[in-house]
Amino acid sequence: MLGPGKAWKFGDDVNTDYIIAGKYKLSITDLDELSKHAMETLMPDFSQKVKKGDFIVAGKNFGCGSSREQAPLVLKHLGISAVIAKSFARIFYRNAVNIGLPVIECADIDKIEHGDILEVNMQRGYVKNLTKGETYRVKPLPPEIQEILLEGGLVKYVKKHGRLPWQ
Amino acid sequence: MGKTISEKILSHASGKDAYAGDIVVAKIDAAMMHDGMAQLVINAFKEMGGKTLWDPDRVAIVIDHVAPSAYEAFSKVHKMMRMFAFKHGAKFYEVGSGVCHQLMIESGLVHPGSVIVGSDSHTCTYGALGAFATGIGSTEMAAVLLSGRLWFKVPETIEVLIEGNLPPMVFPKDVILKIIGTIKADGATYKAIEFKGSTVKSMNVEGRLTLTNMAVEMGAKTGIMEPDEKTRAFLKALGCREIKGFTSDEDVDYSESIKFDVSDLEPQVSCPHAVDNVKSVKEVEGREVNQVFIGSCTNGRLYDLRIAAKIMKGKHAKKGVRVIVIPASRKVYREAVKEGLIDIFLDFGCAICNPGCGPCAGAHQGILAPGERCISTSNRNFKARMGSPEAEIYLASPATAAASAVMGEITDPRRFLKEE
Repeated sequence: MLGPGKAWKFGDDVNTDYIIAGKYKLSITDLDELSKHAMETLMPDFSQKVKKGDFIVAGKNFGCGSSREQAPLVLKHLGISAVIAKSFARIFYRNAVNIGLPVIECADIDKIEHGDILEVNMQRGYVKNLTKGETYRVKPLPPEIQEILLEGGLVKYVKKHGRLPWQ
Repeated sequence: MGKTISEKILSHASGKDAYAGDIVVAKIDAAMMHDGMAQLVINAFKEMGGKTLWDPDRVAIVIDHVAPSAYEAFSKVHKMMRMFAFKHGAKFYEVGSGVCHQLMIESGLVHPGSVIVGSDSHTCTYGALGAFATGIGSTEMAAVLLSGRLWFKVPETIEVLIEGNLPPMVFPKDVILKIIGTIKADGATYKAIEFKGSTVKSMNVEGRLTLTNMAVEMGAKTGIMEPDEKTRAFLKALGCREIKGFTSDEDVDYSESIKFDVSDLEPQVSCPHAVDNVKSVKEVEGREVNQVFIGSCTNGRLYDLRIAAKIMKGKHAKKGVRVIVIPASRKVYREAVKEGLIDIFLDFGCAICNPGCGPCAGAHQGILAPGERCISTSNRNFKARMGSPEAEIYLASPATAAASAVMGEITDPRRFLKEE
């Protein structure tokens, strides 16, 4: 179970530059410092206001653009417990799984409002909106992906099992 | 059932009879990483217990995103990259060598039928040579460096059929912008785009690379095309021996087929703040520009520099406009010097920077102030990508960028037709 946490609502096509701009990614290597600029272009005070356990809720094509793994990393570093979106760009999706940030596809995003309190059960495949008293079905993650997420990402998986999941 | 190029390559690389939707573990022919991600890759590699690279000759390590370093933090990253590359015997490209994708293409590591991964989303560029190439993150790159293998979901393929002769002053960049404006930013997510048709056939390899380069701007896993005589001649000139590759079968099931007739296409421009916000140049003509950038993995090749130079020849940039020209590699730079293109750029008043990503990556060499507008031949115009969130980036062909540099405002390059 993830959450309960607050929903931070964003629109469609949130690209990796919006998640963490190139000018920061290419000048700051310290993750504490870098995370201060997460989502800055869209919401300048995001990093100060977000709390551990909160969720990002967004429209379609979340994470489009570059392959920078710093994008899911800064969100995880700020304590985001999952990104829930209508759809994801593929490199972001794989990166998020590989660093252990849950990514959840949900068609009912429009029913969630900014500030709603959510709870997510990935194994059983639902998002509970505690504010509105609603439950939304989500696409359960394939078992291979759940396995990597459960271990906290690919590095932790390899450390524990001594091999890559596909070896 | 017939197979697409991507299905054939991934079948070959995995030893399985694979079709779209199947998950395969494929053998990697080459892997590329650059300074934008190197620290994360190297740390993950070490944390995973990595001692040696699976095959150092197939690993390219490139300094191009902040080259030369503009910050001490990145100087440390570069130092770490050098130590890692030298220790493991990987191919290493020092500051000034060029943009990673151009270097990969010139290196001979990319050949038709190969599977290539890079820690950069524009790795899909290599599909113009008939390779299956895609961008991955840094943790997966570390896994590739360890094992030489990676899992892929075999993608469905969208056929993009381009027919017709390009009108004067209309170039491959205009074609791909038109396509992106139609398919949109997520129209090809998880899929491969196969570019076909008479227009593609008649393009040179450099122009084709511009098409595949921007496939990721539609969410595609890769852009790809079948190798032909031009591809083979291009690769032979690089000393590449494996040039056969694969073609899609005739009875293949494309997930979608989209046709474009480009015989009446006008110069296109991608407007702020999304790549798929595409208009004809005519619609936005007259907007003042402060910076012009000609370069990048999209349009920094010799063919592109020639197009820009033809318009700039004998002229000077409009007062108040700074023009940054960055050849995509040292090889391109040298050719441009030999051909006299650099002289033309110098006379025009351009700042010619060392080969690398330049302002496209947003780290240095052309950061925009609030209220400024840049017209760029690169591939992304997201808000704040090149500096201030109150600046604007327009993406266009080298011809449109050059014409805009002459006039100091967004300009249809067909205004310079008479001088051809």
